This record gives sequence, C-alpha cells and structure tokens, in this order.
Amino acid sequence: MVVLCVMGITMVYPLLWMVGTALKTSDPVAIRVEGDSASVFPADKNILRTLLPRKPHWENFRLVFERMPFGRYYLNSTLVALLVTFGQVFTSSLAAYAFARLQFRGRDALFFGYLATMMIPGSVTLIPNFILMSRLGAIDSYFALIAPPLFSAYGTFMLRQFFMGVPKELEEAAVIDGCNLFRIYMHIILPLSGPALATLAIFTFLGNWKNLLTPLVMINRDELRTLPLGMTRFMDMHTADWSLLMAASLLSIIPMVVVFLSGQRYFIAGIRLGGVKG
Amino acid sequence: MNRRSWIAWLFLLPNLLGFLVFTSLPVLASFGLAFCSWDLFSPPKFVGLKNFIQLLGNPRFWEYLYNTLYLMMGIPFGMMGSLFLAILLDQKLPARALFRLTFFIPCIVSGVGTLILWKWIFNSDYGLVNNLLWSGLGIEGPKWLESTAWAKPAIVIMGFWGAVGGPNMILYLAALQSVSPELYEAADMDGANFWQRFWHITWPMVSPTTFFILTMGIIGGFEGGFDAAYVMTKGGPAGSTTPLSYFIYQNAFQFFYMGKAAAASWALFAMVLAFTLLNWRCGGRRVHY
Repeated sequence: MVVLCVMGITMVYPLLWMVGTALKTSDPVAIRVEGDSASVFPADKNILRTLLPRKPHWENFRLVFERMPFGRYYLNSTLVALLVTFGQVFTSSLAAYAFARLQFRGRDALFFGYLATMMIPGSVTLIPNFILMSRLGAIDSYFALIAPPLFSAYGTFMLRQFFMGVPKELEEAAVIDGCNLFRIYMHIILPLSGPALATLAIFTFLGNWKNLLTPLVMINRDELRTLPLGMTRFMDMHTADWSLLMAASLLSIIPMVVVFLSGQRYFIAGIRLGGVKG
Repeated sequence: MNRRSWIAWLFLLPNLLGFLVFTSLPVLASFGLAFCSWDLFSPPKFVGLKNFIQLLGNPRFWEYLYNTLYLMMGIPFGMMGSLFLAILLDQKLPARALFRLTFFIPCIVSGVGTLILWKWIFNSDYGLVNNLLWSGLGIEGPKWLESTAWAKPAIVIMGFWGAVGGPNMILYLAALQSVSPELYEAADMDGANFWQRFWHITWPMVSPTTFFILTMGIIGGFEGGFDAAYVMTKGGPAGSTTPLSYFIYQNAFQFFYMGKAAAASWALFAMVLAFTLLNWRCGGRRVHY
C-alpha cells in the first residue's frame, strides 16, 4: 500500500509541477514583488512551498493565445485528428468486412500484403509520401496531413479480427430476408462492433493528436501547424518562458484526457486484445 | 468475375486505393530510392549499393545505432516495473481502480506536451530533478540534457515514467488475473515463500505476456525515439541522443540526401526483421507454462 502510494505520487508529481509552473509568472517585475517564479531556485529548500506560486497567474492561459496562434494550432489538431479518425474507421471497417466475410479471388494474398506492410517502419514510407505530396503541390495543406493516415492496414487488421468473431447466423437470416451486403454491413455488423470501432477510434484520435513527425515534414506555414509542431517551434524560439510552455502543454493534453476518460472501458479492452501500437 | 466478388471489391476500394497510393507504392519507391542518389532537385541517379556501403562505413551510423540500443535499455527496467505494479494491483486492496488510473495517467498524456515538461524537469538550474537532489540530498545534480554523459539516462528515466504504468501493466494485470488461484493454494500448502511462488508460478505463467511485450517493445524501440530527440535535445549534445529515426529524418529533410535516408530506413527495417525472426525462433520455444 505504501509502495503504491509512493509510486502514485511519483507518477503524478511531474504533472502537478506542470500545473504549478503554468500558474507562475515569468514577468521579471512581478517576480521581484512576489518573490517567486518558475525560475527561482528554492532558497528555503522547501519543495512543497515552491510547487505552487503564492499568487496564481491565471492570465498565463490567456497569454498562450496571444503570444502564439495557439487557437489556430488547436483548431488544426482537432480538425486533423477528428477527420482522420472518422475516415480511418470508415475505410477500415469497409475493407475489414470484405476480408472477414466476402469471397473473392486473391483475398488471402491481399490480406497477407496488408499484414506484411505493418512491420515496415513509418520512416520508409515517409520519404516517398513527402515526395508525392510535393509533386501534387500538397505541401502546406490539410490534405497532406489527413489523406495518408486515412487508410490504415492496422485498423483493417484489427477490425477484421473482430468481425470474424461476430456470429454469422444474423447475416444469414438477413440474406434470406433479401438484404443486400451493404445493408448487412450497416445494420448488422457495425452495430454489433461498437467496442471494436470505439477502440480503433480512440487509438487513432490519440495517435494523430500526438503526431509530430508528419506535420513537421509536410507543413511550413505557421497557420497550418498542429499543436505538437506549433508548441515545439514556440519552445525553440522562447526557451526561457517555461510558464507559458507549461500552460500550453496543459491545454494540449486536456482532449487526450477527455477522450481517454470517456472511452476508458474500450481503451483497456483494446490493450488486452493485444497488438497495440504507440 | 461474379456479382458478389464485384461487390467485395467495392467494399475494399476506398481502403485499397489509399493503401496502394500511400503505403504500397511508397514502399516500392523507397526501395528503389535506396539504390539512388537524389537531392530532390537534380534527377535521381542510380548508384547501386553505394548508399548502403557508405552507411555501414559511417561511424555516425554506428554511434546512433548504439544510442538507439542504449535508449532501449529502459525496456527491461520498465517491464520489471510494470510487472511489479501489476502484482501489487492484483492484491485485494482498497481504491485499486484509482491506483490503476493514476499509474496510467503518464501514458495518456504522453506526447509533445509531456516532452516539453520533461525538458523543464531536467533543466539543470531550475528543474524539478536537480531541485529535489539539492534540497533533499544536498547533491548538485548533473547538467542532464546538456551533458553527453547524462542526456541518455535522462531520456531513459522519462521513458520509464511514461511506460511503467501504461499498456504493459494492463497486460500483466490481465495475465495475472488469468492464473488459476489453485496453483497458489497448492504452493501455500507446500510452504512456499513469496519468491518461490513468484519464480515457480507467476513468472512462468506470465512468460507469454513478457515475450509479447518485449517483442513489441524492441520493435518500437528500434523505430522510435524521434519525438524525444527532436523536442528535447535536437539529437544533441554532440549527437549523444540521436537515435536512428532522427538520423533518417536529418538525412532526408535537413540534408536532402533522399537516397541515403531511404537506405538507412531499409537498414532499420532489416534489423527489425532480423530481430523478430530470431526472437520467434529462439524465444518462442522457451515461453511455457
């Protein structure tokens, strides 16, 4: 029990420190008046007192939006993550249904091809994708951020495994009733696969919300930067301003916490299914 | 082609199209590119194996491979920590769900936000770690990310924090919960102590999970490390925190050596593949219960 508490504090303390720093000021005048800031070594050697400022500076959260186009970054990240999530769940579930249920020539060979690419590092395809996007004139566009991850071998694989486990009797009854395949997919397979779809959606959203490398390669213009890229650039230019950086970081992790908490059940179940990436 | 298979291809079409354009063709293109010299501006030139030979003769490549392997040393420690936490959480305790959630938090919030946080935590003048070392133990801490000796350990520590309570702990917890309690009861009757129970029941029973986590961890470790390097250190100081993934990025997008970068990414794939095959050959047999 004691060990658990110690570990729990170790896990949470860095995040508390993040909150503490975000509420401190980096304004030199205020530091002299109030006597504490993010960048003051504790003279009295008392950690708990230096964790939180004597006077919280809530305006840091406003300043984040004034010093950099944080709202725009936020919008970009939300847009990209949501569109990729919906698109990937849609295309993956369609293909997974074909792989799991339909008969066609070359199915197994094609599925093996999908599986084989899952082992190939992302850096292998990133370079040709960059070249492709620059030939299409799509560098510095949402298209370059959204299109490539819309089609996922991993998502197809995961959903196919789940669809294989859905009982066939319902579909057979539906076929007898004269349902076409698309209606079976829409009205039988998808409703029965809620947990698997939710799991894929959560993982896709989180993965794209965090993605730094793709925007780094594809985006030059400031107004198209997503949060990870925008925040990194801001840090590289203003290293000293830890309070603002921590306020920005704190705001950037909120959606991940919300998504996790709302889908916690599926998230844990997804991990147990195995084969979790990232 | 009959009607049904025509419909099947219709279902596949959106995904397959994207798969061909953004995965299959790039894989082929990248493979071809690995045998070319290309700076994006002049037309690509076929150079045969030159990229690979240069890569293997480049001391930087070996240094960065060493860095990558060094950063992967955190994996076994993280796994031990995960198993330890899972064993603790497997006991009958109050507020178990709360502890599980608490341990999982670092994994949820991972990303650039927490990388910036850790850069600040390892700040040598005002950071949390040196702050604690000084006020708690009276030690003047090292310069962490600015020192060639301490930058890698700093990243390993951060990785431990992020991974120990994450998916691996959940997997271990699931594995522990599937161990039949009768085994432990029998051991208790024979008077087995905690360590004997651990080594003779728990460890072999969770060995498939250990094998799975280790395999995935090592594959991820070979390919990973880019974000931490880019956000926290830019690969420095003096290249001491540059993993292979960052080396590939630099070659491609900073120096525009597209061919060399492609060759390096295929070398990375070859290592992952070789490791995975070796692992399934040797390790697969040793996992048992």
